[in-house]
Amino acid sequence: MSFFLELLIYALLVFAYFGLVLHYFTGDLLDMYEHHRRWFAITALALMIGQAVGLEIISSLLFRLLRLKGK
Amino acid sequence: MYFPISDTTVNPAYLIGLGFIIGILGGFFGVGGSFLAGPALFLIGLRMNFVVGTDLLHIVGKSIVAARKHNALGNIDMRLACIMVVGTIAGSEAGVQAIEALKRATKVDLVVGVATICVLTLMSFFIFLESWQALKLKGSHKPLSQQTSQEKDRRAFKWISKWTQSLNWGPKLALPHSEIKSISVLAILIVSFVGGVCSGFLGGGAGYIRMPFMVYLLGIPTHIAIGTDLFEVVVSASYGSFRHAMNGNVDVLIALIMQTGAAVGAQIGAVLTQYFNGPRIRMAFAPLPLIGAGMVVYGLVTGHHVK
Repeated sequence: MSFFLELLIYALLVFAYFGLVLHYFTGDLLDMYEHHRRWFAITALALMIGQAVGLEIISSLLFRLLRLKGK
Repeated sequence: MYFPISDTTVNPAYLIGLGFIIGILGGFFGVGGSFLAGPALFLIGLRMNFVVGTDLLHIVGKSIVAARKHNALGNIDMRLACIMVVGTIAGSEAGVQAIEALKRATKVDLVVGVATICVLTLMSFFIFLESWQALKLKGSHKPLSQQTSQEKDRRAFKWISKWTQSLNWGPKLALPHSEIKSISVLAILIVSFVGGVCSGFLGGGAGYIRMPFMVYLLGIPTHIAIGTDLFEVVVSASYGSFRHAMNGNVDVLIALIMQTGAAVGAQIGAVLTQYFNGPRIRMAFAPLPLIGAGMVVYGLVTGHHVK
């Protein structure tokens, strides 16, 4: 049950990324890629680390909440 | 969906599914999963220099999740990881420079492809042979709860790690967390340097090289090798992907989409390691590099890309 709930949260986050990163930031990222390579490298790494840590924190919080409710 | 940075059209569901599978494999085996992700990205039409850089960036995110999980399980030897990071970064830089030289010679697809096939096939054969031998060995007579990590993690060809640990190359140190009394720092640095070269040159975190090297050459217990390798992959892949991004070899959008699937898979894989002993994990790992090698062969021979 909790696993499927987690999958649902992830699915929503994926859609959020499609909306935000792909739709709004693609132009900026492409511009950075072509003209400001150092900023592109920093942004790429920051986006990846931020996304990974963010997803893990959200899923951990969700599991904790579900366990508390279960008890 | 069109990805303008790499000028490629890919189905995002394919990327999420690929990330999920690689996440499970990475969390379970302690590898970045580039032996599968690299060929799978090559098959959908991504140029090889983008495959290498994009795969590395996606590995950063996935490895952070899996390493935190392994840290909670006590599977990371921090002393060993800190030494290995130095050798890996130096090796990774050497590998990135080799890729740049090949890009100028316009032979990057062929050379990296053939090198990947050779390395993956050899690794697969050796790991299968060793784990098969190890499963035939008799384990300790003590109850499982009283066995040390080394006793639980029986392995064939143990003389290799014993020989490495007996080397008197420069200063030596103890690794209590891995139950190793004394080992040469230089031997650890050489192993990590070779892993770093493979990481920069072939792509990914090169855990498919480093994890077996740690087990067979250094004598680290499999579970600790998995956790330590993941921690090290976070640092080395961050450095490698930054360098590749600077050289224009990274499509960040593809990497972000893959990571959303990998984040779920990595947590599942890390928890699964608790239910298997060392030789069984290694035996299950053995055929995986061959899948990656097969996909590169298909791409190189036919020139076909799966959309």
